[in-house]
Amino acid sequence: MQTKFERNIATREPAWLKWTIISLGLLFFIFFLVMPLLSIFYEALRRGIDVYWESITEPDALAAVRLTLLVAVISVPLNLVFGVAAAWCIAKFDFPGKHILLTFIDLPFSVSPVVVGLMYVLVFGVNGWFGGWLQANDLQIIFAVPGIVLATIFVTFPFIARELIPLMEAQGRDEEEAAIVLGASGWQTLWYVTLPNVKWALIYGVILSNARAMGEFGAVSVVSGKIRGLTNTMPLHVEILYNEYMFAAAFAVASLLALLALVTLIIKTLVEHKAAQTQRDFAGEH
Amino acid sequence: MSIEVRNINKKFGSFVALDNISLEFETGKLVALLGPSGCGKTTLLRIIAGLEQADSGDVVLDGQNSSTTHVRERQVGFVFQHYALFKHMTVFDNVAFGMRMKPRKERLPEPMISKKVHELLQLVQLDWLADRFPSQLSGGQRQRIALARALAVEPRVLLLDEPFGALDAKVRKELRRWLRKLHDELHITSIFVTHDQEEALEVADQVVLMDHGHVEQVGAPDEVYNRPATPFVYGFLGSVNAFHGRSEAGKLIIGDQHLTHEESTVQHGEDAYGFSRPHELQILPDIEDAVGVLATVVRVLSFGVNSRVELDGVGAVDGQHFEVELTPDQLEDIKQRIGLERGQFVRLLPSRLKLFSRDSAQQGIK
Repeated sequence: MQTKFERNIATREPAWLKWTIISLGLLFFIFFLVMPLLSIFYEALRRGIDVYWESITEPDALAAVRLTLLVAVISVPLNLVFGVAAAWCIAKFDFPGKHILLTFIDLPFSVSPVVVGLMYVLVFGVNGWFGGWLQANDLQIIFAVPGIVLATIFVTFPFIARELIPLMEAQGRDEEEAAIVLGASGWQTLWYVTLPNVKWALIYGVILSNARAMGEFGAVSVVSGKIRGLTNTMPLHVEILYNEYMFAAAFAVASLLALLALVTLIIKTLVEHKAAQTQRDFAGEH
Repeated sequence: MSIEVRNINKKFGSFVALDNISLEFETGKLVALLGPSGCGKTTLLRIIAGLEQADSGDVVLDGQNSSTTHVRERQVGFVFQHYALFKHMTVFDNVAFGMRMKPRKERLPEPMISKKVHELLQLVQLDWLADRFPSQLSGGQRQRIALARALAVEPRVLLLDEPFGALDAKVRKELRRWLRKLHDELHITSIFVTHDQEEALEVADQVVLMDHGHVEQVGAPDEVYNRPATPFVYGFLGSVNAFHGRSEAGKLIIGDQHLTHEESTVQHGEDAYGFSRPHELQILPDIEDAVGVLATVVRVLSFGVNSRVELDGVGAVDGQHFEVELTPDQLEDIKQRIGLERGQFVRLLPSRLKLFSRDSAQQGIK
């Protein structure tokens, strides 16, 4: 083990510099992260616990929670499948166009969510490419749950694939080759060899993807139509309440999202800890 | 099971990895594919296993053309240079993997699998490690587990890709001997790839020497070592002293000097190289004689079993470097007779000289 930079006199920076930098960091952390977060809970509870409880149990709020959960329950598993498929394909096989595929996977990161929403409106909206056909067949995508799910899937697509690809590439193809030589089929190789090796990265990707799916605002806001009790997700509901000057209710629902974020962060830290451990084992092998 | 490859060609982009390779591997033999890195030996091994596809040519396993047979059905055991053990599985599960992946109809019941795993672990003498994970094992232990895992599916042939390449020198030597012993017990047709000539000569029944996608020579270890067929083999299987001159009436003419050589196919008057191993050179004091070449002593290295004398050529062989290997007794004897001081002029006379034409020799001495 090396001596820490900080402890070694030869590499140590002067005390004033150290404390200035640390103070700056802490100040930023307190003013821009901790205080806003606390203020959400403060505002939510300012009018008493009864108002808080009422705000989050009134039918429209409950409908928003249900819809948000429904969207996450559909889009996260789908993205799990797509993400694993994309990562497996990119990390374990060579084919022409691989870099283009990688760029496409990153596309949702670089496109503004509002534009994503508009894209879906253009394609599936009443005046869109498939609008007439959809209407004729009595199918509604825009201003309905399917549109919200589609927009969410698009926005959260890269999280799992991006988490898996670097790890899978670093692990190489030796183990997969060993598995096929030993008679394993493609499915068996994926299930018994590849996936267990990326287990923690996969869970990490799912957590991130889930957090984003529940918190997504921009794309969903365009395709949802914001029909209360029907197509309002939690973030949209918060915005509506806020715009109607119902601050206590808005912050109450927002506090639920904030809680979700905190839980996500805790799980993420635990998973990262576990992942770092397996990564160390992996490094120890080479 | 016998293995045969016929007219195998393989290119990576414009790089020719294998150029029309045809080889036969006899049943029950342990064969080494030996050559410098980039010579195509690993590619050939992977083509036999089915992990790589040849551009053209056939792989014949047990008399059957298996070029299009899926890796899964070739029944080969493959051992990887970096072990490729399944990191998240115990040693036991690693060895059991192949048996557990079989279709339900062919799969052995779990108690039978367990029994077989323990037998295999006993065979590689690591039964006590069954519950460990690969990261808890040493390199040598990992490679032995990898071998046990490969043997678990009862392969018809065993293919090993630089099996000892990632190990340190001592473990390497130990595992070499152990692999030879294991092969003598199992008699499974085996091919292993190596760039270490000592390893190939020590372990294998037969050595295939490869360079630049070509097969240079195939033969028993003593055969390829004592009778190298090409300059490349000469140079690759040990140190070599090269003498450049013109072939004339059974002699190699170098300036005013000349050397006698073994019978060769080199034409009269042709430009040629004579090759001689360091232990095949004699150091003589009389520098007036026209037989042999002239040199000055640069350094005498007298540690180890054999001593070495390094010399620089003089006159017609100016700028060349020579190396002579002697037993300590021979060195003592020469020192008493002629001194062997630094800078001293001596005459070098090959007791054995093999002649190659200039064109074919170029690659052997580069």
